[in-house]
Amino acid sequence: MTIDWAHFTPFSALAGGAMIGAAAALLILGAGRILGAAGILGGALDGRDGEAAWRWSLVAGLAAAPSLAYGLWGAAAPVFTASWPVLVASGLLVGFGARLGSGCTSGHGVCGLARLSPRSFAATGIFMATAFVTVFVARHVLA
Amino acid sequence: MRNALALAVGLIFGLGLCLSGMYEPTKVTGFLDLAGAWDPSLAFVIGGAIAVAAPAFALARRRRAAWLGGEIDLPKTTAIDAPLALGALIFSVGWGLAGVCPAPGVVDVGFLSPSAMIFVAAMAIGMLVSRVADLRLRGARIATQDA
Repeated sequence: MTIDWAHFTPFSALAGGAMIGAAAALLILGAGRILGAAGILGGALDGRDGEAAWRWSLVAGLAAAPSLAYGLWGAAAPVFTASWPVLVASGLLVGFGARLGSGCTSGHGVCGLARLSPRSFAATGIFMATAFVTVFVARHVLA
Repeated sequence: MRNALALAVGLIFGLGLCLSGMYEPTKVTGFLDLAGAWDPSLAFVIGGAIAVAAPAFALARRRRAAWLGGEIDLPKTTAIDAPLALGALIFSVGWGLAGVCPAPGVVDVGFLSPSAMIFVAAMAIGMLVSRVADLRLRGARIATQDA
């Protein structure tokens, strides 16, 4: 294994991570809800349990953050390398799988692990392992 | 009040994703590519997030109500079952393919990235399809029980 020192950013990663943790803390203590992006977005789209308003507000905050990040430190626009057909396939799988598995990286990987949920440890273990294998196959076997 | 809090939570979450670099698909795949030049940053993002969130969840478990009133809704499901495993598996094939998961996808739409818009539109369809599939599975289960 070789470490990519040129792209490794431990301090901004830790600081950004701490902000994500603070957001999760604020939502659970303030409103009593879990900060899981898949559940929030899926629940907002579903809109049947009377909780759509706060969920859409949170999604709006997420979408507004880049303007603030650009103003504060000139955050650059993301670079996508995937083709449009791959983006469509990837989006369908991510949306379907995250709802079926009751969570994504934020719901299981951050909140679930932070509250020591065995269910989230299982889900996180499975999705990390599968993602490592997927990238290995895509980059080193098929490419 | 609840909507204002949720908006602030979304902003802090989104800023954290921007600062940490997690909104960059290449940063995510750089972490997921163990056999290539490996960028361990993502582990620090998750670690930092858990370090701050864990005490809050420990506190939340002992509190009866949220600051804004209402119950604190911690997940009650504990079963490690087939939908959980299968869902995590399907989710992460998609995550590995493009390097985008739900929250960074929405943040990248905020950067007005056309690729992110395609990804998020497909993700929304996947979520709605999963909801229909879930209802059908439940319907089938109830029908079986009735019979």
